[in-house]
Amino acid sequence: MANKIRVATTSLAGCFGCHMSFLDLDERLLQLAELVEFDRSPITDIEHCTNCDIGLIEGGVCNSENVHTLREFRKNCKILVAVGACAINGGLPAMRNFIPLEECLNEAYMDGIGVENPQIPSDIELPLLLDKVRPIHEVVKIDYYLPGCPPSADVFWKFLTDLLEGREPELDYELVHYD
Amino acid sequence: MQVFIENLAASHNYQPTRLLLILRAIQARYHYIPEPAIIQLAGLLNIPDTQIIGVIEFYSFFHQSPRGQYELLVSDSITDAMLGKHSLMNYLSEKLQVAIGAVREDGVASLDNTSCTGLCDQGPAGLVNGYPLTHLDRPRIDLITGLINQQKPVDEWPRELFQVEDNLIKSGLLLDQPIAQGEALNATFERGVKPTLAEISQSGLRGRGGAGFKTAMKWQFCSEEAESVRYVVCNADEGEPGTFKDRVLLNSYAEQVFEGMTVCAAIIGATQGFLYLRGEYLFLYDKLQAILNRRREAGLLGDNILGKGFVFDIEICLGAGAYICGEESALIESLEGKMGIPRNRPPYPVTQGYLGKPTVVNNVETFMAAASIAVNGGDWFAAIGTDKSKGTKILSICGDCAKPGIYEYPFGTTIQTILDECGASDVLGVQIGGPSGTFISNQEFDRKLAFEDLATGGSFIIFNNSRNILDIAHNFTHFFAHESCGFCTPCRVGTSLLKNQLDKIVDGHGSAGDVVALEELCQLVKNYSHCGLGQTAANPILTTLERYPELYQSKLKKISYEPGFDLDSALETARQMANRNDAAAHLAQIGEDNE
Amino acid sequence: MSKTITIDGKAIPFEDGQTIMEAATAADVYIPHLCHHPEFTPHGSCKLCTVKVNGRNCSACTFPAAEGQDVLNNTQELIDDRKKITQMLFVEGNHFCPSCEKSGNCQLQAVAYHLNMLDNHFPLFYPKREMDASHPDVLIDHNRCIFCALCVRASQQHDGKDVFAISGRGINKHLIFNAESGQLKDTDLDVNDKAAHICPTGAILIKRTGYQVPIGQRIYDHHEIDEISLATEHPHGE
Repeated sequence: MANKIRVATTSLAGCFGCHMSFLDLDERLLQLAELVEFDRSPITDIEHCTNCDIGLIEGGVCNSENVHTLREFRKNCKILVAVGACAINGGLPAMRNFIPLEECLNEAYMDGIGVENPQIPSDIELPLLLDKVRPIHEVVKIDYYLPGCPPSADVFWKFLTDLLEGREPELDYELVHYD
Repeated sequence: MQVFIENLAASHNYQPTRLLLILRAIQARYHYIPEPAIIQLAGLLNIPDTQIIGVIEFYSFFHQSPRGQYELLVSDSITDAMLGKHSLMNYLSEKLQVAIGAVREDGVASLDNTSCTGLCDQGPAGLVNGYPLTHLDRPRIDLITGLINQQKPVDEWPRELFQVEDNLIKSGLLLDQPIAQGEALNATFERGVKPTLAEISQSGLRGRGGAGFKTAMKWQFCSEEAESVRYVVCNADEGEPGTFKDRVLLNSYAEQVFEGMTVCAAIIGATQGFLYLRGEYLFLYDKLQAILNRRREAGLLGDNILGKGFVFDIEICLGAGAYICGEESALIESLEGKMGIPRNRPPYPVTQGYLGKPTVVNNVETFMAAASIAVNGGDWFAAIGTDKSKGTKILSICGDCAKPGIYEYPFGTTIQTILDECGASDVLGVQIGGPSGTFISNQEFDRKLAFEDLATGGSFIIFNNSRNILDIAHNFTHFFAHESCGFCTPCRVGTSLLKNQLDKIVDGHGSAGDVVALEELCQLVKNYSHCGLGQTAANPILTTLERYPELYQSKLKKISYEPGFDLDSALETARQMANRNDAAAHLAQIGEDNE
Repeated sequence: MSKTITIDGKAIPFEDGQTIMEAATAADVYIPHLCHHPEFTPHGSCKLCTVKVNGRNCSACTFPAAEGQDVLNNTQELIDDRKKITQMLFVEGNHFCPSCEKSGNCQLQAVAYHLNMLDNHFPLFYPKREMDASHPDVLIDHNRCIFCALCVRASQQHDGKDVFAISGRGINKHLIFNAESGQLKDTDLDVNDKAAHICPTGAILIKRTGYQVPIGQRIYDHHEIDEISLATEHPHGE
């Protein structure tokens, strides 16, 4: 058969719940595997994506590494998809947006209960936190959105099969939810 | 304070409709509205605390926390900006040792911006404790700073600081022939009220606020209402940036304005009238009260006007810093002592206005013209102007011209004629009708002043070729976001979104889709907003985008997308706390994928 | 012969004094809305119910029906723009559905579902807003308030009280309570007041009642808001 559709996935400031929901495709994963091959993804352990057709991004943008990852996906994926509440509006991680970052870091690493050897981590290997968690569409251009916390396996199925079969993806009422 | 408030409420007969005037007095005395005052007042006026808090939070001139004993406000109008307001403001802030938007630590002075103060012909302008400061420059600021630091009472400051000139430069049909006191009323009674209404109808007079509804028709509708109590309201909430003609009319032609209101009352059968004077024109208040008293003494107001048994009087109400109150139903809400939120229409004010009674609301200039028409007849007025726009229009001309001030022109006059006469050269464009109106480019100066072409409430702001269109759109767009009442979603959220989206483009962070997104947002705000404010809030962008699309496009980066916020500065807090400054501790605004 | 207007080409009877919304609801035609509730004075602020009446945009909840009106409701343009207005409501507040007790029973969410809103379109404001948990039975989360004033009206017009008001100007609008302390516990709000139950979002919640209905059985899990709205807001006895 012709070349398979190349799909990459990643989780930024997310909980991997969207990925778990994706795996809920269960036996449909086998059908999908006929048409799709996975590039960079927690499923494959490939570290960088190249020449992909579809990139699925879970999670919002909370640190500098997220920005780099997101840019890599945008550069290498023809279609970039915001998957789940966090990618779309920052989600639960964005609830830290109402607390100044300084306070968050102090609470976590300096004065919080149970903190030993208080210090702000400063290793250059560590990504720095952004002052606010942002939805991914505020950093790169996004082509499609799959809402839900997480989107159900049926949402992934409907979206991918629509795309694979050349239809404009559409989600019916039952497939659209934000929780 | 308790006694002060008790006496104050008593002097206003404990009327909740007087809430704004009462709060103005408290603010003037204490430089804020203390919480105990709110509670006491709620009891005295028998209204909920929430109504008072709502009003305080709605109007810019009321505060729940103390402002300085000297409350300094500097006008944010585009014309003030063109006269160097920003550097003056910084100078003032430095000199006075107080940040913009803050109160000095000793509590003596506070400094902030305010929307256009209606002094664009003699700016940069500002207000100190509500009174206008004109022609601000560094020597004046030095003087003012000295006076404040000596804590000299404002009424002992040199008068020239507060000098407000009329700058009446060109008069026409109305301004040339002011009527004598009582002349219009005498003419009305001699001719009869119905025939006088017919004369006004014959004159073709349309509302001078800008919308242009036929005056006679409005008065007739109101007079036909079954309700016996009716009201006349003069809208002197001249808030459109760049407009100051009502300031001059009320300073020098107030008798005639009041007479026009009285003629209207005679025609529609009203016994009570209100002049809603914008808060910025506080300096006219005493003078206008004196004129009302004179008219009472002359038998032109009161219980038996001209001995004909006609009863009518006029009360002056002051606004408190809210552009939206120029919208007639918001103005009525404000008159009732509430937040200035435009009502749903229908019903229109002519059927249910002030306190639910039929009410005529007209512009200052409309009443002035009506008085002249009552004297001189409809044909006299209709002989001038165009087919659909009869008579003359009084303009407030400001911006880049040699002679800013008041000009009266017949409708149908071309923009070029006006520009020539006020000494404007090298003109880039003109903002007709203020921010809510239209920006016209120098290719359109053959267009005419008329309801059917370029309608205006009087604002006429000239920009020369040294000005930047985007700065203008930016100033106006921020103005609307600041003045939106917040009632409806498209305006409340949309004007803030417009502001942010325009800033993104102006600041050079826009990319391919951003102008399209801006225009789409403009249409949404325009088409779905509740009232005229929201419906026109996108005009500064729409009218300039239509004429200078390349200007907006030129601000865009040649990339497909750029973040709407500054990525690297979003890392600043974390960078500082981790004490890092290595390469990985920074982010480029645009990824290499995007170049 | 009763008087009629047409909505999307269909003849709809109306009685004098009815708004377009009332006539439509009585005829089982749904017009999206959030600030409207048939029991209270129309407000006209959310603008979701905007329809085109003889070519002009009007709020169906406040605009009187009149003979000869040609009303457009379900056009693509109106649907698209209503979606954007809904997105405006989402970005100006903080609407994190996964952590909201109202999710599944929320009218703001349900309208968004109905309009097939998949994203926020606009940049989010993330305003800093407070909660008031002072009342023993009722919780206020200002993050979710959309200023529809339904609680204000329900308190005044149904409960005979005056617990709530909307204060502030422009984007700084906020809900306030009628108590010297400004706290909900010091108002005369009772958990059984209509005002405590009328909120179309999760801004006013009854304590200790969250998450009692399992996912799948919540109001809007399988029924769209048009169906629910017509079933509950249809005038009685017709």
